[in-house]
Amino acid sequence: MQWIKQTLAVLALNIRTIPQRLSSSGVAIVGIAGVVVVFVSVLSIAAGFAAAMQSSGSPDRALVMRSGADSEMTSGLSGTDVDVIKQAPGIRREGQAPLAAAELVVIIDLPKIVSPDAPANVPVRGIGPESIPLRSEFSIVEGRMFKFGTNEVIAGRAAKGQFVHLNVGDTIVSGQNRWDVVGTFESDGGVAETEIWIDARTLQGAYRRGNTYQSLLARLESRESYDAFRDWLTSNPQLNVSIRRENEYYASQSQTLTRLIRTIGFGIAALMGIGAVFGAILTMYTAVATRAREIATLRALGFNTGSVLVSVLAESMVLGLIGGTIGGAAAYLGFNGYQTSTMNFQTFSQVAFAFRVTPQLLALGLFYALLMGLIGGLFPAIRAARLPIPVALREL
Amino acid sequence: MKFLPLVWKNIWRRKFRTVFTLLSIFIAFVLFGILMTIRYSFAFGVEIAGADRLVLIHKVSLIMPLPVSYQTRLQQTKGVEVASHQTWFGGIYQDPSNFFANIAVEPEPFLKIYPEFVLPPEQVQAWRNDRQGAIVGRDLAQRFGWKLGDRVPLTAAIWLPKGGGTTWEFNIVGIYDGGDTVDKTQMFFRYDYLDENRARGQGQVGWYVVKISDPAQAVDLSRTFDEMFANSAAETKTTTEKGFIEGFAKQIGDIGSIMVAISSTVLVMFGLVAASTMAQSVRERTSELAVLKTLGFSGPMILTLVLAESLFIAFTGGLLGLGLAWLFVQGGDPTNGMLPIFVLPPRDVVMGIALMALIGMLAGLMPAIAAMRLKITDALRRT
Repeated sequence: MQWIKQTLAVLALNIRTIPQRLSSSGVAIVGIAGVVVVFVSVLSIAAGFAAAMQSSGSPDRALVMRSGADSEMTSGLSGTDVDVIKQAPGIRREGQAPLAAAELVVIIDLPKIVSPDAPANVPVRGIGPESIPLRSEFSIVEGRMFKFGTNEVIAGRAAKGQFVHLNVGDTIVSGQNRWDVVGTFESDGGVAETEIWIDARTLQGAYRRGNTYQSLLARLESRESYDAFRDWLTSNPQLNVSIRRENEYYASQSQTLTRLIRTIGFGIAALMGIGAVFGAILTMYTAVATRAREIATLRALGFNTGSVLVSVLAESMVLGLIGGTIGGAAAYLGFNGYQTSTMNFQTFSQVAFAFRVTPQLLALGLFYALLMGLIGGLFPAIRAARLPIPVALREL
Repeated sequence: MKFLPLVWKNIWRRKFRTVFTLLSIFIAFVLFGILMTIRYSFAFGVEIAGADRLVLIHKVSLIMPLPVSYQTRLQQTKGVEVASHQTWFGGIYQDPSNFFANIAVEPEPFLKIYPEFVLPPEQVQAWRNDRQGAIVGRDLAQRFGWKLGDRVPLTAAIWLPKGGGTTWEFNIVGIYDGGDTVDKTQMFFRYDYLDENRARGQGQVGWYVVKISDPAQAVDLSRTFDEMFANSAAETKTTTEKGFIEGFAKQIGDIGSIMVAISSTVLVMFGLVAASTMAQSVRERTSELAVLKTLGFSGPMILTLVLAESLFIAFTGGLLGLGLAWLFVQGGDPTNGMLPIFVLPPRDVVMGIALMALIGMLAGLMPAIAAMRLKITDALRRT
């Protein structure tokens, strides 16, 4: 009890005197806040990208591609393949019709709004009538659905925000083709929102794809019927396909980029952390040095070394806490929700997403800030506790 | 010069503070070096792209194929030195995470277009003789431990072999090398091998690269090419190689630049913090500086002394930091192939040195000017 009381008393004294040492405390706070800003905001890029990818797929749907293909872009299915696949067990049926749609994706160049001189790879997805009921998260938010058999298209909400000429009423010019935009759609914030959707047959005709597709998306009867569906397809000698749950497919696509960003984010933050710890050490040594007499007086009065040590550590951690809070707030205000788009290397197409400063990231940042404060305070605290009383009293 | 010992003494009067200020600046410049390397890497080495090379892609987008028949027409155009095509193969070695670029090319024109790829003559000959031959970059060979004569299987992601299955076999007949800025993580193999053995897509190529004799004609020739193929089934879009790479880098978007921007801001903050610490140490010595003035030191002399001190700290910490960053970068790409061009560009080294001078000046100048203007009596009275 006595010990805790002493510690609290010294700590209160320390904290009350922080304003007097503002410029030196500022060094530690600014350093730690800076590290937290970088750490949180860089990781929020990865979090945003991963979130966009994860909300793209449902475990209730299965994606069928040619065996060996690592993405829809490199896959290919013939019209006959598609007919065979649609007979597989495990697909949900409405009446006689299976809830499954063969789709193809073509990439076209459209300029980004932020850099109109450079083309970006925008995916155009050819869909069938079943594609819409298949995706329960799909909804039209502006204009209307396109009519099958025409040159009409609908554009995802994120695509409309990132690329030019995708507003309702616009016409997309790509090579010799003209597409009329008649609607804008949403899809739960997923990757599909960066796509343009069109009738699969129109797209096949425009790019001479004949009766071929790239993937088939099927709604499963239930999550458990996945195994039956997959086994029937892989054991069918007519087919050479691979099957994955849709959510797993999208999750695997986000790996390359998120890993790259995380490597860079953690690396930079670790290095900067060392710098910030130096700042904190410098600050706390100054703090201890300027109060050497006070500390010595306290100890002469009978305060024990433990409470002096803990109080210095605690002061340093308070600085960490302040820095961490400022840094987290700055990262949140500056970057949360920032809209951008990048190229997903696995599909070679653009994916729009928003930076996400999640509570977990903020907590991680704060934890890191406290850690930096703790390490920064350690040596000065030991020094304060060990200071020989007579020497310290004589100083200055 | 005779005052150097004085400067030296002043620097080390508070050893502890100097050491930590040095360390902060050191860390800041290690970071600076690494960040600039990453930024350069995200730009795909656009600064080294040949001005005399044009890239022709399908007008709709890069992934649409072009007919192989364009080759002759391009080659016959006046002002063209060499025209050749390339095709993205997208093969996978063992596991998708082992990603590297593998591209089908025509060996001879390819090597003529890219003189920066250095390949010994006997290996060129070997490639000419072996239809299944492939050349790989030195970094790639190192990554998988490949040697000349190795047989490497790739799983097809796009082009299935005619004979069934999904595997293509290649013989490593050459290992190319090149300067720091050459991407040595790629694999090139023969287009004729691909075209004869693929199940579909015969006569299709990915894109064309054209070496022209006069870079000044780039714009005119680009227009000529695009007009040549206008209204055909496969219209083209021609850009300089530089423009092509720039466009590709822009596709990645602002992610690289945002990361660098955030980090540079913080770096500047670190510099300012270090500067404020150094400034503080000068302020503490106001009365000493007044004594120096009393002894007859002129204002400019004192300015020089103070600046020498802060510049010394900024340059020592900075140069050591940048040196360590350079050593780190020599170790090569730490992410295993995700950042193929991993070098610290000389331009950024120069910028780093300028930054050191700036930090040193910022730290020293304000208190030094204050010290220079000091009235002796005021300063002595202050303590």
